[in-house]
Amino acid sequence: MSVQAILKVEDLTKHFALGRSMLSSGDVIKAVDGVSFSLMQGETLSLVGESGCGKSTIGRLVLRLIPPTRGAVFYQDQDIGQLPPERMRKLRSEMQIIFQDPWSSLNPRMTVKEIIGEGLRRETGLSSSERKKRILRMMETVGLRPEHYDRHPHEFSGGQRQRLGIARALIMRPKLVVADEPLSALDVSVQAQVVNLLARLKRDLGLSYLFISHDLAVVEHISDRIAVMYLGKLMELASKHQLFSQPRHPYTQALFSAAPTTEVGREKKRILLSGDVPSPLNPPSGCRLHTRCPQAQEDCRRLEPEFKLLSPGHWVACHHPLAS
Amino acid sequence: MEALLNIENLEVSFHTRQGVARAVCGVSYDIGQGEVLGVVGESGSGKSVTALSVLRLVPYPGRITGGRIHYDGRDLLAIPEKQMRKVRGDRISMIFQEPMISLNPAFTIENQLTEALHSHRKMSQKEARERATEMLAMVEIPDPAKRIKDYPHHLSGGMRQRVMIAEALLLDPDVLLADEPTTALDVTVQASVLDLMHRLNQRIGTAIMLITHNLAVVAESAQRVVVMYCGRVVEQGPVREIFEEAAHPYTQGLLKSIPKPDGKGKLVEMAGIVPSLFDLPQGCLFNPRCPQSRPECVQSPPPWREVRPGHHALCWLNA
Repeated sequence: MSVQAILKVEDLTKHFALGRSMLSSGDVIKAVDGVSFSLMQGETLSLVGESGCGKSTIGRLVLRLIPPTRGAVFYQDQDIGQLPPERMRKLRSEMQIIFQDPWSSLNPRMTVKEIIGEGLRRETGLSSSERKKRILRMMETVGLRPEHYDRHPHEFSGGQRQRLGIARALIMRPKLVVADEPLSALDVSVQAQVVNLLARLKRDLGLSYLFISHDLAVVEHISDRIAVMYLGKLMELASKHQLFSQPRHPYTQALFSAAPTTEVGREKKRILLSGDVPSPLNPPSGCRLHTRCPQAQEDCRRLEPEFKLLSPGHWVACHHPLAS
Repeated sequence: MEALLNIENLEVSFHTRQGVARAVCGVSYDIGQGEVLGVVGESGSGKSVTALSVLRLVPYPGRITGGRIHYDGRDLLAIPEKQMRKVRGDRISMIFQEPMISLNPAFTIENQLTEALHSHRKMSQKEARERATEMLAMVEIPDPAKRIKDYPHHLSGGMRQRVMIAEALLLDPDVLLADEPTTALDVTVQASVLDLMHRLNQRIGTAIMLITHNLAVVAESAQRVVVMYCGRVVEQGPVREIFEEAAHPYTQGLLKSIPKPDGKGKLVEMAGIVPSLFDLPQGCLFNPRCPQSRPECVQSPPPWREVRPGHHALCWLNA
């Protein structure tokens, strides 16, 4: 039996129009530009990249929180852009999101039971005692105590709030969870607790994760496959093992080599990219990395590289991929 | 190594409606000539407040309530404000986490950089501009003569942090206090800014106090490390010993909770959360979370002991 893709993204593109006003015809930010990938049932696929690369926009497009400019998102082979609103609303409970900031993503006026139970209101025919039971069971699953039931978000620490956000997402019994930087607002000593919780929930509930993060250490720990993005495009996509042992794209290599590690005194070959990330308002021609790439050649400036399969399961968009 | 700046028994309290929070409590450490000292800790550990105390810039309602800061034969906490102003920015300068909000958006880079040169060095506008351009070149900003006319919003985050570093180093200070200087930056930009700070430290010999929550940044940049928890220094020692033979269970826990490249399975979790400064536990502040807690840890505050030469920990273990 082959593994099914729970999510398929084809040529996904999102352009944001900026300041179309009296003064200008408006610039366009190409936040996501022709991205295709699939997420298998039970898999954790991570999207990594630096700020402005479009990884969070993909998370929102996948859940159709914003409509794409072009391209399609297939959830279990259904094009969610074509679904009638009522069907889409039903589907939403199967696709949930965990946000980065546990301070601004929880309504301060709502209690824990209201925050976690809000989605259940759509499930008519659920008696209030059944509802309470389900909320309490969910709280236990994510490690919140029953006495937290009537409290407000401000009474919790960052880690506990993130547990609340996770409980709110999971009470709908989703199959697909988009986790958008779920750890970056947390203290180091609390991060490990949440990483372990996410891993356990995935195993127990059979979830598939689209995990969006810039923290490579966490990504390497949690992922099955990893997709590397730069300025709205996929640069490389492969299994975690392939990507960390043999990156084929110069950007992946530079990104991984730039991440500091806790090994003291190990001689590191750091590949520094020159300059900063260019603005997505006006991305470079040809390959978007060519302005910073240590391997750039003449054709990189003119021609945009195709995203192609170099070896089984290993996709790269580069004219001159690194030797394997 | 001779101590350049010596913090001794520093006490800082915040007086709020909820009560008095002792944000820094008997903190002592020093930084040597030309040294890079890493100060690590989680939010609320007092690492930033300690740095701000060195410049006497602790924000209201915080107050320095005790201790001494020895620098250049003086106690910085005792000298008059007028003398302190000469130390600030000139002998000891500071850069902050947010390059986006640390520069004034209404002034050009030139305005901001030359201001200090006018007031501290009485330079003419022409001299000041030359010196500022030179500094921008030193922090590797391309085309500095043109960039100096830009406003902060023209620059990217990495470039702004370079401008901040240039500004901090303009007057050739002895000590640079760098509070989370790369936290707001992307990892590839972080690598080049850290690389720049390292080379400047080598070249001009400015001592750097690198304050961060990111242990990996410290492992790569610092020579010595100070670990803080709830307003106290819990461990201090040479960087290699801290990362390879940490003596304090808190430091050990922090290191274990970072995913390792070859890591498989579960991460080692640290139990519980950082306690509130208004509601600190008895005895050792870490004891409710400590896997090796013993009866004495709950009863009385732990001693500050030397584990190995130059390596200390605030802990009842190894007693």
